[in-house]
Amino acid sequence: MKRSLKVEETVFRVLMILSTAFILLILGVIIYSVFEKGMRALSLEMLTHIPEGGYYYGKGGGILNAIVGSMVLAFGATILAFLIGLPVALYINVFLHGKPKLVNLIRFILDLIWGIPSIVYGAFGFTLMVLIGLQTSLLAGIITVTLFILPIMIRSMDEIFRTVPMGLMEASYSLGSNKSELAFKIFTRQSVSGIITAVLLSFGRAIGDAASVLFTAGYTDNLPNSLLEPVATLPLSIFFQLASPVPEVQARAYASALVLTVIILIVSLFSRGLGKRYHKTKINF
Amino acid sequence: MLVSMLLVAFLPFLLFSVLYFKSFLLLRNTGLGDLIFSHTWRPSRGEFGFYPFIIGSIWVTLLAILFSTPICLLTAINVTQYAKKRFLRIMHPVIDILAGLPSVVYGVWGILVIVPFISRYLGPWLGIKTMGYSILAGAFVLSIMIIPFILNIIIEIFNTIPMELKEATLSLGSTKWQMVKHVLLRKALPGIIAAVGFGLARAFGETMAVLMVVGNVIKVPSSVFDPGYTLPALIANNYGEVLSIPQYDSALMFAALLLLVVSLFFNLLMHFFIARYNKY
Amino acid sequence: MEPAIKINNLDVFAGKTQILKNINCEIQKKMITVILGPSGCGKTTLLKCMNRLTDLYPELKVSGEILINEKNILDPGADIYKLRQSMGLLSQRPYPLPMTIYNNIAYALKLRGVTKRRELHKLVMDYLKQAALYDEVRNRLREPASRLSIGQQQRLCLARGLAVNPEIILADEPTSALDPISSRFIDEKFQELKKDYTIVVVTHVLRQARRIADNVIFMYLGEIIEQGPSTEFFENPKQEKTKLYLEGMFN
Repeated sequence: MKRSLKVEETVFRVLMILSTAFILLILGVIIYSVFEKGMRALSLEMLTHIPEGGYYYGKGGGILNAIVGSMVLAFGATILAFLIGLPVALYINVFLHGKPKLVNLIRFILDLIWGIPSIVYGAFGFTLMVLIGLQTSLLAGIITVTLFILPIMIRSMDEIFRTVPMGLMEASYSLGSNKSELAFKIFTRQSVSGIITAVLLSFGRAIGDAASVLFTAGYTDNLPNSLLEPVATLPLSIFFQLASPVPEVQARAYASALVLTVIILIVSLFSRGLGKRYHKTKINF
Repeated sequence: MLVSMLLVAFLPFLLFSVLYFKSFLLLRNTGLGDLIFSHTWRPSRGEFGFYPFIIGSIWVTLLAILFSTPICLLTAINVTQYAKKRFLRIMHPVIDILAGLPSVVYGVWGILVIVPFISRYLGPWLGIKTMGYSILAGAFVLSIMIIPFILNIIIEIFNTIPMELKEATLSLGSTKWQMVKHVLLRKALPGIIAAVGFGLARAFGETMAVLMVVGNVIKVPSSVFDPGYTLPALIANNYGEVLSIPQYDSALMFAALLLLVVSLFFNLLMHFFIARYNKY
Repeated sequence: MEPAIKINNLDVFAGKTQILKNINCEIQKKMITVILGPSGCGKTTLLKCMNRLTDLYPELKVSGEILINEKNILDPGADIYKLRQSMGLLSQRPYPLPMTIYNNIAYALKLRGVTKRRELHKLVMDYLKQAALYDEVRNRLREPASRLSIGQQQRLCLARGLAVNPEIILADEPTSALDPISSRFIDEKFQELKKDYTIVVVTHVLRQARRIADNVIFMYLGEIIEQGPSTEFFENPKQEKTKLYLEGMFN
């Protein structure tokens, strides 16, 4: 082998290893810096209290309003997206089975929607809200976030259903089940853990996005108690606290970022755990 | 089922028409060319020049793509061709976690690490005075955010390239690197271009993380160390105050419309590109 | 005569399962040796051991000896690039490189060290003629190779395999994806090529084996059951399993 070739390969091997190390390092640095800064300001009070008067100037209180608000909003949106998304994903895989052109078109449109930035959904949601006379509220937030996570939900469930083997479909047809029965029973049962993974993925997206709730969900220091009132969210609470000139409040923003990161990590840990078990519980063909 | 389906299928058209309808007020008063190429942004006087925001968005996006593409390519080659299979199993959760982190967290990290790094080390080292909040900071943070997205697609593309093609090349007496360079990369090129295109569309619309570190100064930046402003940040920062001026409202909707069109355009382009290429 | 390849006590493990068990055999020079057996019997793995494509699969553990020109090619120090160039590979389906028709062959030539443009051009034409492809493609040399028909692609791959100037041709079910006419062409081509090359063909098609083989190695479940000259093997098999296989009992 020529010498120059050997040198070239070595150089690129080094670059490859550096790039890979860089990505691992970056994840480490992000997690480390968020934890390191966040732990300093994090206290039990922050997790269990709503902001008191003057909170944003360094007085007492916590971000319970945002934690609960985010949870409620993300749950609401995830459930709604699931209720709309599951039928769509089933429809694509059962009823449109054998019409590959139409299926491809629908998948294509879904991928397009997936690519639309969340701020566009925010602006759209706001316009829609004004149009039907809704104030910034939990409901408006839920609707907007639902639209935003819908393509994620549908496409990830769709990918799961695609893997349901043909043999299983034929077997249940031959037992005399009609298409709706087949869809709901066989497909959902065969892919339960996959569906849960899709739901968790969507939930993670829903709880982490700020741009779509910025104008639709509003913000409040109170706990959410009505669908028609504004609701606080974690990403926005981080954003607002960071904007404060008071160092203690900024520190609390880091602590809030830590809380959000931990929630996201737990969600992704769950879905990974399920992903592993997924193969074991499925029938092998 | 059918109702849900139709709702989803018509969502892009619905989005487009609503945003177009809302920005019509502005478009009627000012021509499209004026909006895009004018430098002056004075909402109170009814002057809406989007040029600084468009340039800011383009700078940040292109730089981000420039940083992340080589890193993604090299890592993908490493993980799929050289490293042990076990290593890919470590890499997958890393990619997933990076992809799952909320953009606000990236923004916080940018403020904690990237901004001080630029203002205290990189700027002075190059002899440039900078606050740190800059186009470059936005591009850095953005490039990290799109790495998992692009990397995932490229790894998948490399995995679809048949083992037999690699065997055929090696059986001619090529080294592994020659095989990667002459055959693997060439075969995967359309896919790689598409991955970068999708990444570009994604980066262009990213809002919060960029907003938090880019500086938000309405000026056409003269260097990457200058602060800038992006289209998504424009919408996010000003929404609270627009209701009193109808034209302002319309202007922000126009910004959203631009984002939508760019996103749809790039995604469409890449899809057709792949479809066309697959025929050969 | 010295055999082209001599294999002694070859074992291959994938994790804990043994794919090849104590393989001992000889491949004779300038003859067609057919490795025959039902699918999954390890014949493709055996073929890949011969040019060390097994290196690509880190999960495979190969031990034993494969002697070519009295050198053990399984030695870690063996020059695998030279080794692979001494063998042309034809796989189940044609895999043209993502380049033009011309460059598919030129690439192989360049790897072998041909650099002068004139010589390159002349050799490319020669190999295209050898694979009986020249007349069909002479006006479209700059087109991507993927636009050729499957049969043409396989002939291109044959030309590419010959272009590294090998002594041995390894073929892994080379006709299984082809139409009958293209298949027949490949079979006849092998008859012609064995004047100059040693040829090893893997197949599970009995008819093809009967048609082209000089020697047969019959494998079942990772072991060699019987080997020997083709007439002997087909007319007068010695092992019970061989007889069953020839009667079609394994399919």
